[in-house]
Amino acid sequence: MSETAQSDTMLRVEGVSKSFGGLQASKDISMSVPRGKITSLIGPNGAGKTTLFALITGFHKPDAGKVSFFGEDITGMAPQDIALRGMIRTFQIVQPFAGQSVRENIAVGAHLHIRSRDAALAKAEEVARKVGLGDRLDMDAAALTVAGRKRLEVARALATDPKLILFDEVLAGLNPSEIRDVIPVIRAIRDEGVTILLIEHVMQAVMSLSEHTWVLNQGELIAQGPPAEVVGDPLVIEAYLGKGMAERIARQRMTAGGAHA
Amino acid sequence: MRQLALLGLVFAALFFVPFVVTSEAWQNTILMTLYAALLGQAWNILGGYGGQFSFGHAAFFGTGAYTVAVLQVQLGVNPWIGLVAGGLMAVAVAAFIGFTTFRYGLRGSYFALVTLAFAEVLRILANTVPFTGAGVGILIPLDQSAANLQFASKASYYWLVWAIALAAFLTVWWIGHSRFGARLMAVRDNEDAARALGVDPFAVKMRAIMLSGLFSGLAGVFYAQYFLYLDPAIAYGPAISVESLLVPIVGGMGTLFGPLLGAVALHGVSEASRALIGDLPGISLVLYGTILILMVLFAPRGLAGLVRRLSARRNSRETTNV
Repeated sequence: MSETAQSDTMLRVEGVSKSFGGLQASKDISMSVPRGKITSLIGPNGAGKTTLFALITGFHKPDAGKVSFFGEDITGMAPQDIALRGMIRTFQIVQPFAGQSVRENIAVGAHLHIRSRDAALAKAEEVARKVGLGDRLDMDAAALTVAGRKRLEVARALATDPKLILFDEVLAGLNPSEIRDVIPVIRAIRDEGVTILLIEHVMQAVMSLSEHTWVLNQGELIAQGPPAEVVGDPLVIEAYLGKGMAERIARQRMTAGGAHA
Repeated sequence: MRQLALLGLVFAALFFVPFVVTSEAWQNTILMTLYAALLGQAWNILGGYGGQFSFGHAAFFGTGAYTVAVLQVQLGVNPWIGLVAGGLMAVAVAAFIGFTTFRYGLRGSYFALVTLAFAEVLRILANTVPFTGAGVGILIPLDQSAANLQFASKASYYWLVWAIALAAFLTVWWIGHSRFGARLMAVRDNEDAARALGVDPFAVKMRAIMLSGLFSGLAGVFYAQYFLYLDPAIAYGPAISVESLLVPIVGGMGTLFGPLLGAVALHGVSEASRALIGDLPGISLVLYGTILILMVLFAPRGLAGLVRRLSARRNSRETTNV
C-alpha cells in the first residue's frame, strides 16, 4: 500500500518551515503532489502560498524540513538545478523578458533541453500556438496585455518540457471570459501528462480544475481534500472571512433553507 | 541570416579601405575607428547582451597590452605568441573579476564600482612593480617585420585590427543566434525568471565576461604593437574603460552593429571638432559627455535603435498609405 503511494507521489514536502525575521511564513508544512493530476493550494492573502512555492523551487531555502522530487532530496538546491529535473514554476507577478519578442521569450524555456537555436524557436512557435499566442509571436513581450503575459508565463514553463508545473495565480487579473479561455489550456497541459500544482484565488477555477486542494492560513496547512468539501470546512471559512463566520453562515443557510425550500 | 550577410558585406568593404584611401592620416583615422568599434564590441558582449555594466574594461585591455609588451621586452617572446598570451591573460583576469563579483551576486552599480576598482588596482600595481617599467612605462623596441608583429605600413596594421574586429563581430553574431546568447539576454532582462527556466546566471555571466575580456585584451595587444609604448595610465587608466562603454551606448547596446555605428559617430564628432575648434585639450571629452547625455535622454537604445525606430515608422507610413 505504502509502496504504491510512494510511486504515485511526484513531489513530497515534509515538515518545511521558514521564517523571515519575526514572521513565520511557513510552519511545519507537509504535503504531497500525486503524479498526473491537477492539485491546488488556496488560502487568504498573506497565507504563505507563494513562499511555499519559493521554498519548493529553490528560490528560498527552508529553515527546516525536506523537499523531495521523484524521491530525490532537492532541499536547498538552486532553482536552475531543480528546473533541470523537470519542476518549473511561474510567477504571480509576471516576469517577461521585456524587449524580446514572444517567440524569443518562450525559446529561453525551450533551450533547457534543446541546444539548437532553430529547434528551440520552432518549439517556441509550437508551444505558443498551444496556449493561444500563435498570432503574437513577433510582438514585444512588454507590449502584451495582462492576459497575454499570463499566457506567456504558461508557455515559457511549458516549453521546458516539464514533469511538474507550479502555477502561481495564472488566472489573477483576468476577466471572466479570459478565465474561461485559459482553463481548457491548463486542462490540456494535464492531459498531455504534465502534473500541475496551482495557487489560485479564482474559486471557479479551483473547483473545476483541481481534484485535491490544500488550504494554507498564516503559514499553516489547515485543511485538505476535494475542493467541494474543503470550501464547506468551518476552519477554511473562518480563515477567509473571520472568526464566527462559519457559524453565522451555517445559521443563515438553515433559515434561508427553511424559507426557500 | 540576413544580418550575417550584411556583416559580411560591411567587413568585405572595410577590407578594401586601404586600397581606396591612401592618405596615411585618413588611414589612421579609419583604423582608430575600427579599433574603437572593437573595444566597444568587447564591452557590448558583457554590457549590452549581458546587462553587466563594467566601468573597468581597462583591466582586460591593459592586461593584454602589458602581456605582449612585457613578454617581448623582458623575456624576448615573439609578439605573435604574445598576441595569444595577451588574450589568454585578459581572459584569466576576466575570470577572476567575474568569479569574485558574480559569485556574490553583485549587480548594477555595485558591479560597475568593483570593476572600476579592479582596473585601478591593476593601474597602481603596474605603476609599482619593476617588470612593467613602473611609472616610466615600457617601450617596445622598433623592429618592423611581419614576424615581429610590427608593420611599416598603416594598411597592414589596419588589416590586423580588421581581423580581430571581424572575430569579435562574428562572435557577437553567434551570441545573437545561440542558446548561450538567449540565456545571456534572459539573465540580463530578468534573472529570476531565467533561473526558473533552468538558466544558471553565474555560469552564463562567467562565459560572457571571459569572452568580453578576450576581445578587450586583444585590442590591448593591438594597441601595444601599434604605438610600441605603454604606461600605467594608458593601459589601465579610465579613458579606455570610458571609451569601451561609450561606443556601444551611443551606437546601441545589445545590437550587432551598434558598436560600429557608435565608433563612427564618436570619431566623426571628434574629427569634426578638431577641424572646427582645433586641438583644444579635453574638448573631445566635453563633446563625448554632451553626446552621452543627449543619447540617454533622446535615444536610449542608441543609434541602432534610432535607425530601427525610423525605419519602422516609415514602414507603417507606407502600409497606411497603401
